[in-house]
Amino acid sequence: MLTTDRVAGAALALLALVVFWESRKLPLGSLSNPGPAYMPVVLAGVLLAFGVALVIVGGRAAKLAAAGWSEWRHAVAIFAVCAFGAWALERLGYRATVAVALAFMLGVVERRGVVFTVAFSLALAVGTFLLFDTLLRVPLPRGPFGL
Amino acid sequence: MVETLQNLALGFSVALTPGVLFYAFVGCVVGTLVGVLPGIGPLAGISLLLPATFGMDATRAIVMLAGIYYGAMYGGSTTSILMRIPGEAASVMTCIDGYAMARKGRAGAALAIAAVGSYVAGTVSVVALMFLAPPLASFALRFGPPEYFALLVLGLLVLAYMSGGSMVKALAMAALGLLLGMIGIDQMTGYFRFAYGVVELGDGIGVVPVAVGLFGLAEILATAGLPTPPEVIKPKLRELLPSRREWSQSAWPIGRGTVLGFLIGIIPGSAHIISSFVSYAVERRLSKHPEEFGRGAVAGVAGPESANNSATSGAFVPMLALGVPSGPIPAVMLAAMMVHGVSPGPLLIKQQPELFWGFIASMYVGNVVLLILNLPLVGVFVNLLRVPYPVLYPSILVFCILGVYAVNGSVVDVWIMLVMGALGYVLRKLDFETAPIVLGVILAPMIEMALRQSLAMSDGHYGIFVTRPIAGTLLAVGGVLLLLSLKPLITRSLDWRARLALAEKGEERL
Repeated sequence: MLTTDRVAGAALALLALVVFWESRKLPLGSLSNPGPAYMPVVLAGVLLAFGVALVIVGGRAAKLAAAGWSEWRHAVAIFAVCAFGAWALERLGYRATVAVALAFMLGVVERRGVVFTVAFSLALAVGTFLLFDTLLRVPLPRGPFGL
Repeated sequence: MVETLQNLALGFSVALTPGVLFYAFVGCVVGTLVGVLPGIGPLAGISLLLPATFGMDATRAIVMLAGIYYGAMYGGSTTSILMRIPGEAASVMTCIDGYAMARKGRAGAALAIAAVGSYVAGTVSVVALMFLAPPLASFALRFGPPEYFALLVLGLLVLAYMSGGSMVKALAMAALGLLLGMIGIDQMTGYFRFAYGVVELGDGIGVVPVAVGLFGLAEILATAGLPTPPEVIKPKLRELLPSRREWSQSAWPIGRGTVLGFLIGIIPGSAHIISSFVSYAVERRLSKHPEEFGRGAVAGVAGPESANNSATSGAFVPMLALGVPSGPIPAVMLAAMMVHGVSPGPLLIKQQPELFWGFIASMYVGNVVLLILNLPLVGVFVNLLRVPYPVLYPSILVFCILGVYAVNGSVVDVWIMLVMGALGYVLRKLDFETAPIVLGVILAPMIEMALRQSLAMSDGHYGIFVTRPIAGTLLAVGGVLLLLSLKPLITRSLDWRARLALAEKGEERL
């Protein structure tokens, strides 16, 4: 039966195996003189043990479907907007990126009115830039258009 | 004693300068806002505002960030009492009786008791911090790499033991955090580990993007699509004064909550959350009318609120005296201090007495500021909750991206935050604690360095961890904890950690 603990345990065990594989490229050293791969390998071993333990004893945990994923579409939309923000931040500049991301989030994801969306997005983009970049002197990216 | 008072006088001479006083006030206000707003806890709040402190001197920066921490503890009670929504996790227990009191028309009294309890606990626990940290720091001067290794391992084991739910899951998360902490240049050999050509990963994964992703972004991803919160109960200013009976009912719970909270705060783990749970359980057990709990018992508000504020100061003891964070919030505070060139640990008190004692004195001042803020201005803070969440959360997201980017001026950090946000969202759904990941990330380089230095000292013999008394004792305590965690598996009963997990999920009314 697919339970939350079993799925998580399997994923952790898989990650541990990936770490084992990737650690081949680094010197392991010895027990008395550990190399750079020593700790990652030990930790991957620990993670593998816990992952396998969760798969074995995780049968009594909640079913995966019972975890409640009803809001996943919303979560994916928010994540996509954030990913756009990360991609565009240094390409378009802080103010343009934040204004576009906020406008999409408020106007498309949350379906707010056009006037409110535009005004709020511009105000927050410009306001936070003024506060952090101008007043607090935290340098924020300006992008090719100085925005 | 006389020396401590002289040092405290030095601290007040720093804390009462207009500049420091101003930033203590700003920290308290921002912290209260952070506590009031659901979806942004003290951890994310401190992480996000870290870049804003870059232009300040170290004392002002640390005082402001500490103000955010204990301000959030105060602010979290407001939404718990008026909306039954915990502003941050430590206020979960306050929801039960605080909201019940509000529904009986005693919202003002509940808020006042929470604020006064928090003030008393905050002040008393700072006194304890003041007396406990210096001797502990002197003791820690005897620590070498083996002792630090044992202490750090014990810290992770205690964190896992004190987390609600399964210890196997908590330890798996700690191992995951430690593995993430392995990314970057190996300090002993200079090898790049798991960086895949990304130069920015050379310094490793920062604790700020990890914390903001796991706690800030993940919370928004999980809650933004949910129905809107219930209506806010609005207290009137004249109703803020509790009755004589309510005062007398709250006196002992405040005292007990203060002591319990401080002691639990020193122990590694999500201390402020656990302390409120333990305090609630103790008060119900000691009460002559346990049937009132869940229906508006004054002790059910006074105890947990005092405990979670007291735990905040307790958590600073190992951080300041040993340089070892006891949980994710002290870990971020530690990172913040390092950004400002301050190295917490045994030598801090001797080398930078103005900073240490100024910080202690500012906590006294901060508690007074918070008492003033939380009573008359409660209506102002509650108004914030009228901002619809679909408008609020995009604004919080902007601060998440801005805060994470500004720490190093690196987009890679923003991507790390996104990955951690997605991971935190999934782990939350799968019922895993994410706090051990944050602690693992910051402890990983320290543990590895301590292990390798110890082995260099002993010519490769692992016996050094057992033959040295302090290290051996610390590891033995860790072993006992591991054995204790196996007990529920053998007796097939629910231990306190399982009950805490249930209570946090709201599936069980204590």
